[in-house]
Amino acid sequence: MAFDTYLLTLMTFIPALGALAILGLRALEPVVNRSHTRMTPVAYRWVAIISAALPLIFSVRLFSRNFWQGVGGFDPTGGVQFVHRFVWIKEFNIEYFMGVDGISVSMVILTALISFIAVLASGSIKKKQVGYYSLFLLLETGMMGTFCALDMFLFYVFWEVMLLPMYFLIGIWGGPRKEYAAIKFFLYTLAGSVLMLLAIIALYYVSRPMAGISLALVDGTPTEHTFNLLKLAELGQAGLFAGAAPILGFAFTKVIFIGLFIGFAIKVPMFPFHTWLPDAHVEAPTPISVILAGVLLKMGTYGMLRFNWSILPDATKWAAYGVAVFGTINVVYAAFVCMAQKDLKKLIAYSSVSHMGFVLLGMAACTPQAISGAVFQMWGHGIVSPMLFLIAGVIYERAHTRDIEGFGGLASFMPEYAGLTGFAFFASLGLPGLVGFVGEAMVFIGSWGAPAPMGTGYRTLVAISALSVVITAAYYLWTMQRMFLGRFNEKWKDLHNSLTLTERLTLYPLAVLILYFGIYPMPIFELINPALHLLARIVVGTPSA
Amino acid sequence: MNSINLIDVRLILPELILGATVLLLFVGDILLPAPEKKKTWLTLLAVLGVVGAAIASVDLLSLMIAYHKGATAVFSGQLAIDPLGALFKVVFAAITVVAICTSLLSDELPDKHMGEYYALLLSICLGMFFMAGANDLLMVYLALELVSIVSFAMSGYRTHDRRSSEAALKYVIYGGAASGAMLFGISLLYGAFGVTELTAINQAMGLWAQTDAAHLGTMSKLFPLTLLCAVTLIFVGIGYKIAIVPFHMWSPDVYEGAPTPFTGFLSVGPKAAGFALLIRFFIGVFVPAGNGPGFLTDTHGIMPFTVDIPLNAVLGILAAVTMTVGNLAAIPQNNVKRMLAYSSIAHAGYVLMGFVVLSSASIQAVVLYLIIYFVMNIGAFTIVQAVRDQTGGELLSDFRGLGQRAPWLAVAMVVFLLSLTGIPPFAGFIGKFYLFAAVVQRNEFWYWVLAVIGVINSAISLYYYMKVARSMFLTPPLDETPIKAGWGYNALALVLVIPIFVVGLYWTPITRSVEASLMLYRSPAATTPVAKQP
Repeated sequence: MAFDTYLLTLMTFIPALGALAILGLRALEPVVNRSHTRMTPVAYRWVAIISAALPLIFSVRLFSRNFWQGVGGFDPTGGVQFVHRFVWIKEFNIEYFMGVDGISVSMVILTALISFIAVLASGSIKKKQVGYYSLFLLLETGMMGTFCALDMFLFYVFWEVMLLPMYFLIGIWGGPRKEYAAIKFFLYTLAGSVLMLLAIIALYYVSRPMAGISLALVDGTPTEHTFNLLKLAELGQAGLFAGAAPILGFAFTKVIFIGLFIGFAIKVPMFPFHTWLPDAHVEAPTPISVILAGVLLKMGTYGMLRFNWSILPDATKWAAYGVAVFGTINVVYAAFVCMAQKDLKKLIAYSSVSHMGFVLLGMAACTPQAISGAVFQMWGHGIVSPMLFLIAGVIYERAHTRDIEGFGGLASFMPEYAGLTGFAFFASLGLPGLVGFVGEAMVFIGSWGAPAPMGTGYRTLVAISALSVVITAAYYLWTMQRMFLGRFNEKWKDLHNSLTLTERLTLYPLAVLILYFGIYPMPIFELINPALHLLARIVVGTPSA
Repeated sequence: MNSINLIDVRLILPELILGATVLLLFVGDILLPAPEKKKTWLTLLAVLGVVGAAIASVDLLSLMIAYHKGATAVFSGQLAIDPLGALFKVVFAAITVVAICTSLLSDELPDKHMGEYYALLLSICLGMFFMAGANDLLMVYLALELVSIVSFAMSGYRTHDRRSSEAALKYVIYGGAASGAMLFGISLLYGAFGVTELTAINQAMGLWAQTDAAHLGTMSKLFPLTLLCAVTLIFVGIGYKIAIVPFHMWSPDVYEGAPTPFTGFLSVGPKAAGFALLIRFFIGVFVPAGNGPGFLTDTHGIMPFTVDIPLNAVLGILAAVTMTVGNLAAIPQNNVKRMLAYSSIAHAGYVLMGFVVLSSASIQAVVLYLIIYFVMNIGAFTIVQAVRDQTGGELLSDFRGLGQRAPWLAVAMVVFLLSLTGIPPFAGFIGKFYLFAAVVQRNEFWYWVLAVIGVINSAISLYYYMKVARSMFLTPPLDETPIKAGWGYNALALVLVIPIFVVGLYWTPITRSVEASLMLYRSPAATTPVAKQP
C-alpha cells in the first residue's frame, strides 16, 4: 500500500511541516490582525497539537499486528517494514532509507506518544510561543528520524538535528541556570557525536561486498562501500570488520566500538558521562524534561543496539562485561545520589540515570529475556519518567519551588495529586503490577542466566542491582513522606489544590498505560521479541574480539 | 612557444576584463558628477566587470573543451588555463560580488571615494585570478604581491581610524617579512634547478630523483636540505596568506581593524586564493607529472626525495596546531569580529588537514570546503556588519537580545555559525564530512590522530560560536528597540542562507563540478609541453 511506504516519512516530517506552518502563521499575523480578528497565541498551540497528534495516530498502525479487519500492521517476524527508500547522494552511496524493525518499532511509538503528551503539557509556556512550538516540532522530527533511519549518514543527520532545538528549548525557556545547562548539554552531546562521525566514516570505508553479500543502492547500482545499516550488520555478522586492519594499533572493531559507544553512552547517560543530565533535566521546562527523559535517553541505548550490538557483535562480546559493570554503577550510584537530593526534579533526573542502568545491564547480558527486558525497560521508563516530570511540574507551577523539605502534609490538601504521585513513584520503584516492575524483573532474570561467553560475574551484578531497588524504594518513600505526610505547611494553603484539565489530560493517559502494560506487557514483547532474540543469539554466537 | 603568442591574449580575457574595469572605475570616479548617482553607476560597473570576468572564464573553458584541450599554459608557461583555475575564478568572482554588496551597504566606508575603493577591490580580485592560474614561480610571487599590497591599502582604508591604520601597518610589516622569505625560497629553488616554471621544476626534480646519488657525489646530501629550505620559505609566503599558525599573528588585528566589508572579503577571498596557490605549487612541484591525474588515484605520489623530509608530517603538525590554536584563542574573545578572525584561522587548519592527505578525495574536499566556507563565513561577517551599523559596536554585548530586536538577522547568524561548527543539515557539515572522510580513508596511524584532533576541535568551536547565539537569544537585550537593518542586509542574508540549506541537503551538483574541474588538472594529455629555458 502506497500509504505504508510514506508512513514513517510522514510521521517524521509532519512535525517539521507543522513548524513551518507556525512560522508561516506568524508571518501572516499582521495581516490577520488588521482584519479586526485578532489572532491569539492559541492558534500556534493548536497547530503544534495537531502536528504532534498525527504521528501518534499513524503510530497506531505500527502497534498492532491486526489492527483493523484485514489490514495488517507491523509484523514482528517480518524484518524491516514500512520502508521508504531512494538514492539521496549517489557519489557517496547515501540513501534516504527509512524503516522500522523489532529494535526500533517500540521506540517510534514511544516518540509519537511522548511528544504528543509533551505538547499537551506545554500549556504553561507563555513566553515566545512561536519559537517554542516550532523548535519543539523540529525536535520531534529529529527524534523520530533517528529511530526510523536505516542509513548511517541519515541517522547521523537526524541525530544532530535534534541538538539545536534542544539547546534553545532549554536555553530560552529553562530555569535559572538555563544557559549553563543548555551549553553543557550541547557540548557533551556534540563531543560524543563527532567521535561517532569518525567511526561511521571508518565503517563506511571498510565495508565492501563479500561472498553472498552484495552491496547496491536501491536503484540497482552496485557499490563498493555502504552506509546501509542493515547491510553493515550483515557484513559485521559475517566477520568483515573483525578482520579489518587495526586503527592506531588497536583492533578495528574495538576502536570503532568505543568511538560509537562513547557517543551513545553520553546520551544514555552512562556513568561517568552523566553529569550533563541533572543540569539539563532540572533547568529544562517541564515538557522538555518529559521529552529528555522519555525519548532522548533511549536514543543512546537504541543506538547501541542498532550500531554496536548489530554491526560489531565480536567487540560487543569483548565489551559486554564492562558495559554491565558500568550499568550496575549507574543503578547503584545514581540511587544513592537520589537519596541526597532536596530538589524533586533533580531526584527524578537521577532516578532516570539509575533506571537506564538496568537497560545497560540487560543489554550486556544478552540473553533473550535480558535484552527484551532491557528494551521493555526503555519503553517502561519512557512512560513512567515523563509522568514523574509532569508531577514535578505540577507542584512547581503552583509553589514555584521544588524543594522537597519545604512541603509537608500535601496529601490531605491535594489528594488527587498525592494519589497520582504515589502511583508514579510506585511504578518507578518497580511495584509488581506496574510497568516498571516488568522490565526490571526481566533484566534481573535474564542477566542471572547470562551465558558464559558474555563474561562471568553477572550474578554478582544482578545481586547488587537488585539490592539497590531497596534504595530506590527508600528514596521514593522518603520523598512521599516528606512531601505528602506529616504536618501541613501553612505556607501553601493558598495554592490551587485541584489539577487542571491539561494536567489531567496528560497524567491520566500515562497512568492508564503504566497500569495496562504492567499487567499485560505482551503487546510490546510481541513487537520486539523476534528481532531482539535473533540479535541476542547472533551476539552470543560470535567469537569475541 | 618561446615568443609571446598573440593567441594567448584571448586566453586571459577574464583578467583583461577585470583590468579594464579597474581602469574604468578610476576614470569614472573622476569624471562622473553627482555623488548619489555616481555610487550607483560605479557599483553597477564593478559588478558587471566581475560577472563579465566570471562568464569569460567559463566561456573559455567550454572553448578549450571544444578543442579537446582540457588545459593549456599561456605566456611561456606563466599562467595555466584549466578547469580548476576556472572554478576558482568563478568562486573569486562570487566572493567579490558579495563583497561589493556588503561594501555598498556599509556605513563604515566614505561614499566619496567608492570608485577608488571598488577599483582596489577588483585589483585584489585580479590578483586572485592570477593566483588561481599561476604556473611559474615568478607569477606566484607577482600574483601574491598584487593581492597583498592592495590588501594593505584596503585594511587602512578608514584613514581617520586608529585601529584601521594600526591594522594596515601590522599587515604591511608581516606581509613584507613573509614575501621576503618567500622570494628567498624562490631564488633557492631557481638556483637549484635553473628554471622557474612549475612543470619544469617538477621534471627536473623527477630527473634528479631518478639519478643515482653516486653521480652527484656530496651534492646528494646537501640537495634535499636546500630543497627543504626553499619549500619552507615559500610556504611561509603562502602560509601567511592563508593564515596558518605560526604565520597568523597579523590576522586578528587586521580583521578587527579593517573595515568590516573588507574583513569579510579578506577572510574568504585571499584565503581561498592562497589554498589555490598551495594546490598549484605543492602538487605542481612535488607530485610526479607522470602520475597524470595520478595524484588523484595514487595517494603516495610525492617525489622520492621527500622520504627523508616528511613534508606531510610537517604540514600535518601545522594543521593540527593551527586548528587548535585558532579555536582555543577564539574562546575568550569578546569582540565578534576578532573571534571570527581566530575561527577563520581554525578553518584554515581544517582545510590544511584535508590537504595533507594529498589524495583525489582530499583535494576535492579542500576545494569543496573552500566554496562552502566562503558562503558561511562571509554570511557571518555580513550579520556582524549589519549589527555594527545599527548598534555601533561589534562586541558580544552588542548582540544581546538580537533574537528579539532583529529576529531574521539573528536566525541567519545562527545558521551561519552552526554551519561553521559543522552541524547538519547545514552546508558546513558536508564540507567537514568530506574533509574527515578523506583523512579517515587513508586509515594510517597519524592520519587517525589528525582526524581525532580535528573532530575534537569541531566540538570546541561549538562553544564560542554558541556564545554569540547565547547573546542573541538567551540573554535579555540591553536596549529593546527593534533594529531596522534595511532590506539590503535582510535580502543579502537570505541570499547567503539559501545555499547553506540547499547544499546541506543536496550537494551532488557542487561535488560533481568540483570533481570535474579536478579531473583534467595535470592529466598528461592536457598539459602543453613547454620548451625549457636555456
